[in-house]
Amino acid sequence: MARSGAFWQRLHRWASPPGFYRLSGRWVPWLAAASLALLALGLVWGLLYAPPDARQGNSYRIIYLHVPASFLALAGYYVMAVAGAIHLIWRVKLADMLMSAAAPLGAALTFLALFSGSLWGKPTWGTYWVWDARITSMLVLLFLYLGVMALRQAYASRETAGRACAVLALVGTVNIPIIYKSVDWWYSLHQPATIRLTAAPSMHPDMFKPLLVMIVAFYLFYAWVLILNTRAEILSRERRAAWVRELAEEDVT
Amino acid sequence: MHPVRRRRLVLVLFVLVVSSAGVGLAVYALRQNLNLFYTPSQVVRGEAPADTRIRVGGMVVRGSLERAADSLAVRFRLTDGDQELWVRHEGMLPDLFAEGEAAVAAGRLRAGPLLEADQVLAKHDENYTPPEVAEAMQAGHEARAAREAGEAGTP
Repeated sequence: MARSGAFWQRLHRWASPPGFYRLSGRWVPWLAAASLALLALGLVWGLLYAPPDARQGNSYRIIYLHVPASFLALAGYYVMAVAGAIHLIWRVKLADMLMSAAAPLGAALTFLALFSGSLWGKPTWGTYWVWDARITSMLVLLFLYLGVMALRQAYASRETAGRACAVLALVGTVNIPIIYKSVDWWYSLHQPATIRLTAAPSMHPDMFKPLLVMIVAFYLFYAWVLILNTRAEILSRERRAAWVRELAEEDVT
Repeated sequence: MHPVRRRRLVLVLFVLVVSSAGVGLAVYALRQNLNLFYTPSQVVRGEAPADTRIRVGGMVVRGSLERAADSLAVRFRLTDGDQELWVRHEGMLPDLFAEGEAAVAAGRLRAGPLLEADQVLAKHDENYTPPEVAEAMQAGHEARAAREAGEAGTP
């Protein structure tokens, strides 16, 4: 009982906006340094040192941005939806702040995935855009993120806005397995996944290692930016609270 | 768990299940329309509409590509391993277009059947290999084919 009491106490400290603000502040520099270092390593390795592809030549190298961005666009949607569910069930204020922080970040990553895919499509497929199941469902994901962002602005009450956004985010989760399986369920122009949980990657190890570095780098980058966004959201919502005023005065003096 | 929170949890699960079921049914009903292209077999069986622009996808049959000497016109056959379909196209082909590789052609069906394509796209696979490794694999395949042919020739 005592142990679980300590756990709940710690959880409560993390889940309160001032507690999260203070504790996450310690993580920010480490996440920033690790993600920037891995991004630099992955980009230099992937773009300069990885061998070219036998068929696509150098144009395949956009995979080092395209795949990590797509991974985080999908994973980030689950982050947003789970935060929404926590807010709906337990009315945790921090979860709602996390959800509003995750939406623009997810939208940006989805846009990056679509844009880099489009640039990759022209030299390989011969077109920037095609309405196949993978690309169309990814476009729906972008609209879901933008919809969550717009819905938040549509309500005067923050409480109502948070609940409406959470429901929209939850309904949208059905799209994530559709995006993931679209290339297996239907005939598409997009190739099936190179990286699978159940099989070895269909990529030479010299090309796969920098891709793995980029994926880890993007996860860290996502965590870093999500925390920064959430901290900004906390300060903006709690700007009248005493602890934020104290913080501001500390900075001034 | 507090009864109010339990009720909200059930509501969240209900939203998830109902929206997934709804979208699942819609996607199932639209399954043919969600395919980007028809296969040559579907075209031969008459399942593709004849009076509208369609896409046909398959592998470009080795040795079937014919280029006109005086224009950009090309002709090739697409196969899905069962049936084949002639495709005629006038214009640039993507860099990755090649015999033995997958392609998707968009256009209208003509008698024959033949696809009068206004667009030809190359479809590449999910394998990425450095050129040296690809060459070594190719050489290995050829050596093995030659050896098997030799074994078959000498009983």
